[in-house]
Amino acid sequence: MTDIVQMKGMNKYFGSLHVLKDIDLTVAKGEVVVIIGASGSGKSTLIRCVNGLEEFESGHLTVDGHPLAPKSGNPKSLAEIRKEVGMVFQQFNLFPHLTVKRNIMLAPKKVKDTSETVAAATAERLLNRVGIGNQADKYPSQLSGGQQQRVAIARALAMEPRLMLFDEPTSALDPEMIGEVLDVMRELAKEGMTMMVVTHEMGFAREVADRVIYIHEGQIVEQGKPDDVFDTPQNERTQAFLSRVLAH
Amino acid sequence: MEFQFQFDWQAAIDSIPFLLEGIPYTLLISFGGLLIGFALGIFFGLLSINKKWFLRWPATAYIEIFRGTPILVQVLFIFYGLPDLIGGPIDPLTAGIAAIALNSGAYISEVVRGGVQSIDKGQTEAGLSLGLSRTQTFWSIVWPQAFRRMIPPLGNQAIVSIKDTSLFSVIGVGELVRQGQIYIANTFTAFEVYFVVAIMYLAITLSLSLILRLVERRGLASV
Repeated sequence: MTDIVQMKGMNKYFGSLHVLKDIDLTVAKGEVVVIIGASGSGKSTLIRCVNGLEEFESGHLTVDGHPLAPKSGNPKSLAEIRKEVGMVFQQFNLFPHLTVKRNIMLAPKKVKDTSETVAAATAERLLNRVGIGNQADKYPSQLSGGQQQRVAIARALAMEPRLMLFDEPTSALDPEMIGEVLDVMRELAKEGMTMMVVTHEMGFAREVADRVIYIHEGQIVEQGKPDDVFDTPQNERTQAFLSRVLAH
Repeated sequence: MEFQFQFDWQAAIDSIPFLLEGIPYTLLISFGGLLIGFALGIFFGLLSINKKWFLRWPATAYIEIFRGTPILVQVLFIFYGLPDLIGGPIDPLTAGIAAIALNSGAYISEVVRGGVQSIDKGQTEAGLSLGLSRTQTFWSIVWPQAFRRMIPPLGNQAIVSIKDTSLFSVIGVGELVRQGQIYIANTFTAFEVYFVVAIMYLAITLSLSLILRLVERRGLASV
């Protein structure tokens, strides 16, 4: 099986609000899928369903062979999925009471029973990889936003995920720091990581994505290769959205 | 007739050794009670934010009852009332510790609830997304941060509870105020003795404030 994520007829409601409508989506191993759409369109909710941070009401979702039933059924599957799926948040969500290194070591130690020395070595290797090897003993609040987000990526990678979810990873960053985070993500994609990325960075989407998905009001309206979606969008809603975001 | 009041320093100084005998009881009731109160506070505080109503409801009832009735009534109830129910006497020291425990526990429950709820939901989401269980996420990520925020209100509660023990002179625990009353009954130097008693409470609460301020500063340095 080469599909890491399979969604079929997935529906999600917030109260009476129908936020995801009959979503059918598969993500192949090694594929980079970028999801675009206006705020409130359901794109964040979509990827938050993948690791069970949001429940869905009906449909089928399988992540790396583990089926996840509606209404947070299969807690066992959910636990397995979360071990295999990394997530990077808009607000970083680093643990402020732990040093950068401890942020990265926590999950491997608690979840995988990795030894202190192995976890520490992994943390150092990953910090070097995201270009902040010299910040290991600082606290998150002592780092810039861009550095914090790179720590968050390293923290997720420490669990050796099979899939990485990025929920608007650069939206909370000052403009001059967006590049350094996108660089790390670009490297990750190059190394073959399967990724689902929600972003407003259209340049990144065009360059890195294998597939771009446009969501409008909870529905997948259009998807395809980035050049096709950006240059010759078929759906008029996609055209309208792109003309708004690409105009400036 | 001429009235002239003179503060009798000798009387004040003479009372000190007798009053000091009350301090171990004041400290034992305060800190013994607060320690149990802290455990009760964590337990009921966490229950009070549980999603399940049948866990939340008893916690809310406990908090409202012990926050909404005077501690003096609580200790009288425990000391004079409860023996009727259990068919045997309760010694005043136990009654005092129990009253501080139950009363501070109700307030500490609210401190715990507020502390935990003040931690951003993103912290829990980050923990869960890394594969930690709900329990692991709570105890290794949310609780340490919440506890740090709880230190100032906990210190506040400790000071309130220390002062509350003065009410327990009514059930005859030989704490600071009780010692003062006994001493005054023999010497009639109320002004001097209560002055010394007040200074002794102040010494205890000021030391605690100082310690808490140091703890807080050290705790905050690492965030």
